[in-house]
Amino acid sequence: MSSDATIEKFTKQEYKYGFTTDVESDAAPRGLNEEIIRLISAKKEEPEFLLEWRLKAFRHWQTMEEPHWPNVKYPAIDYQNIIYYSAPKSMTNRPKSLDEVDPEVVRTFEKLGISLEEQKRITGVAVDAVFDSVSVATTFREKLAELGIIFCSFSEAVREHPELVRKYLGSVVPHTDNFFAALNSAVFSDGSFCYVPKGVRCPMELSTYFRINAIDTGQFERTLIVAEEGSTVSYLEGCTAPMRDVNQLHAAVVELVALDRATIKYSTVQNWYPGDEEGKGGIFNFVTKRGACRGKGSKISWTQVETGSAITWKYPGCILQGDDSVGEFYSVALTNRRQQADTGTKMIHIGKNTRSTIVSKGISAGRGQNTYRGLVQVMKGAENARNFSQCDSMLIGDKCGAHTFPYVDVRNPTATVEHEATTSKIGEDQVFYCNQRGISTEDAVNMIVNGFCKEIFRELPMEFAVEAQKLLSVSLEGSVG
Amino acid sequence: MAEKDKTQTYLQDLERFRRARPHESESWVEPIRRRALSRFAELGLPSPREEDWRQTNLAPLRRLALRWSGPEEAAAPKRTEVRDLLFGGEAAAEIVFVAGHHAPELSSIGDLPEGAVVESLLDGVEKRKDLLVDHLGRYADFETRSFAAWNTAFLRDGAFVFVPEGLAIDKPIHLLYLSRGGSEPSVAHPRNLILVGKGASATVVETYASLDDGTFLTNAVTEIRVGEGASLRHIKLQEESIRAFHVGALQAHQERSSRFDSLSFAFGAGLARNDAGSVLDGEGAECVLDGLYLGRGDQLIDNHTVIQHARPHGSSRELYKGILTDRARGVFSGRIVVRPDAQKTDAKQTNQTLLLSANAAVHTKPQLEIYADDVKCTHGATVGRLDENAVFYLRSRGIEEAAARSLLTYAFAADLVGRVDWAPLRKRLEELLVARLPLGEEIRGAL
Repeated sequence: MSSDATIEKFTKQEYKYGFTTDVESDAAPRGLNEEIIRLISAKKEEPEFLLEWRLKAFRHWQTMEEPHWPNVKYPAIDYQNIIYYSAPKSMTNRPKSLDEVDPEVVRTFEKLGISLEEQKRITGVAVDAVFDSVSVATTFREKLAELGIIFCSFSEAVREHPELVRKYLGSVVPHTDNFFAALNSAVFSDGSFCYVPKGVRCPMELSTYFRINAIDTGQFERTLIVAEEGSTVSYLEGCTAPMRDVNQLHAAVVELVALDRATIKYSTVQNWYPGDEEGKGGIFNFVTKRGACRGKGSKISWTQVETGSAITWKYPGCILQGDDSVGEFYSVALTNRRQQADTGTKMIHIGKNTRSTIVSKGISAGRGQNTYRGLVQVMKGAENARNFSQCDSMLIGDKCGAHTFPYVDVRNPTATVEHEATTSKIGEDQVFYCNQRGISTEDAVNMIVNGFCKEIFRELPMEFAVEAQKLLSVSLEGSVG
Repeated sequence: MAEKDKTQTYLQDLERFRRARPHESESWVEPIRRRALSRFAELGLPSPREEDWRQTNLAPLRRLALRWSGPEEAAAPKRTEVRDLLFGGEAAAEIVFVAGHHAPELSSIGDLPEGAVVESLLDGVEKRKDLLVDHLGRYADFETRSFAAWNTAFLRDGAFVFVPEGLAIDKPIHLLYLSRGGSEPSVAHPRNLILVGKGASATVVETYASLDDGTFLTNAVTEIRVGEGASLRHIKLQEESIRAFHVGALQAHQERSSRFDSLSFAFGAGLARNDAGSVLDGEGAECVLDGLYLGRGDQLIDNHTVIQHARPHGSSRELYKGILTDRARGVFSGRIVVRPDAQKTDAKQTNQTLLLSANAAVHTKPQLEIYADDVKCTHGATVGRLDENAVFYLRSRGIEEAAARSLLTYAFAADLVGRVDWAPLRKRLEELLVARLPLGEEIRGAL
């Protein structure tokens, strides 16, 4: 098959998660004002402090301007034409157990490959599934509760553990942080909450699945994970959305807090609908993710595989406050068709002997534009801070772009900071070698790309690593030019 | 005083000067000046909100009311006063400028090969309009860059260097820019144009120095065109006083198979900003941008470079090294852009900074912007201190710690100083380097 035909075949490959689910939803009217925020808050029966916090964020948001510095182009977002709250109707009378959840919703998750029923029995992954804006079901709760781990939807956490929410909400990403974080703080509808008590090692991978279903809805979830002294937790996040020819906004906030010697590993496989080959539709994925290594010797590790979304704009970061704390960032970002990604990380070294590692792999194909943007900042007190960054880009086809914008700020002479970046394409000789061994061009490209990303996939939990590899193949296969 | 008002004052300075010389306003350059003037009036000085100036706050410069002075006010110093800065007989030609105005009494145009031109731009503009008209104001972007617009609005004097087709000038051409603070802070806008014809080659050295330790701003712009198969080596040494402000733009445009090699030494000025760039607008062009910056006291040294690969088979190499001590701050931003047609580009960029004191800081931003797929591009940045093992090694050989550190620091910089093959200049660079090192005098013998 000629390479052009191959490109055509695969760029036209359908987004296999593009189905919609016919569920009656209980949605707020379009637009955003204080009334809507009060409505969201009332629907969720939130305590007064949270409503106040939302309103404070909303008032601040109104004074802010949408930022335009990233290396991405997109049509203006009309914030008054978005539905800020949408819940499957049957959730209005909150189900007591999984059996009471609307069977349509359950089927949707089965299609996605996370059968909540199955999950319970076979896999060891505890799932919190978020459908549009509401958390649908959380599995394995009792088992986790025995260890003192709280893993539930954000709304439940607000009802049952308001003191924890109050203490940590907005402590890493304040409501004033940026335009989209402020918007999220005002209207966030649900998300996951996880609290791991002192000294507990969470025995299974925790996982959230996000799904935007209803048309014209924005999804604004909020995740908060707190790991107490000496605890360990690994958390997975996956996302899909139906195919729509209008853009949908996803502006989430994720906050992680690691206390003394705690470890949090946060993995994301993001596969939101990327839009069609003309760049029509797709998700705007504008997310603020940040972890605070508050305690001594704490560690936060971000791993992300970004293959979806029309536009991805996010910088999962670590604030390395505690002495000897460690931050890690492993990322694969793939842009195909007309996708654009401006992603990277921020490592802020504050404590002594803090270490950070950044490994970023960007793959651009079709007309995709891929930008790595990162900040490594070593503050004055960060004696012996150490950073190593490596950003590699791979280009497939001559209409795509790969860009690297690292920022390095060092204010301490004992720090050692290294940054390296390379850009290359898949060598014709490499493909030829595979061809002559009877491996088709598509398979060869896949193999090479998977090899290129191996360092990252190694960081993913097993089941995700397999999924990520498959995802990459689907998103990319054959786009060799 | 509002920014706009201050810009107005600068413009009034210019008007006053123009009225005194009506013939200069009739020049073909006038429309370029007018256009730049209106751009400068609109742009004003850059604010830290602009990405390119985020780390370089111009507030101290804003506070000053800088006066632009005409040539009659720029008294040239005696030859003996600037003896160290003049290379005279060792150079193919040497032109000296005081406050941006040509000082013929200090300049010496030796016996240049036939056809080569080294003269003041003011002389060249009318006499050689045909040569200049396609180049002057074409490379340094004054539409979006305020300092270039400011310079272009005041475009009058500077150096004009022309090397005709096929000619190789062996000895370097030296351009020396002197400024003094005087009773009130002043500003100079030297403007240079260097044209190297097909297959020709030359070396041009620009030195910027002060006559006293007063406050002034040098806002220099150098435009360069390197013809097909031609080669230009450009060296800039900036050693202005610690109270001076220096903003310099160097913009080259390269044709097919040409080579442009730039080496910048930023040692002086309280606030120094260098913008160096080249557009590789012909197949197989080669570009080298190297630089060394030394900061001490409260100096802020900012280097911005942009290499634009516009055609296939181009290659570029970039190495910037910095040594920062005391409370000095360094800024480095290097951009490599590979445009869609520039296949087979090979680009490499490196920035290394040595921080020698607790209060020194560096902001580095190496960037790659790539729109073609068959390319090989890498960049790297490191920030660190001296290798403790190397220090220990020297100490175990009986060299005291401070001297050992000094020696290692010298070695870090010597790499770039060693690239200067013109003996008198290298000697001067070594002197300056040793003088700036802690315990420099003690290690002089060892070098």
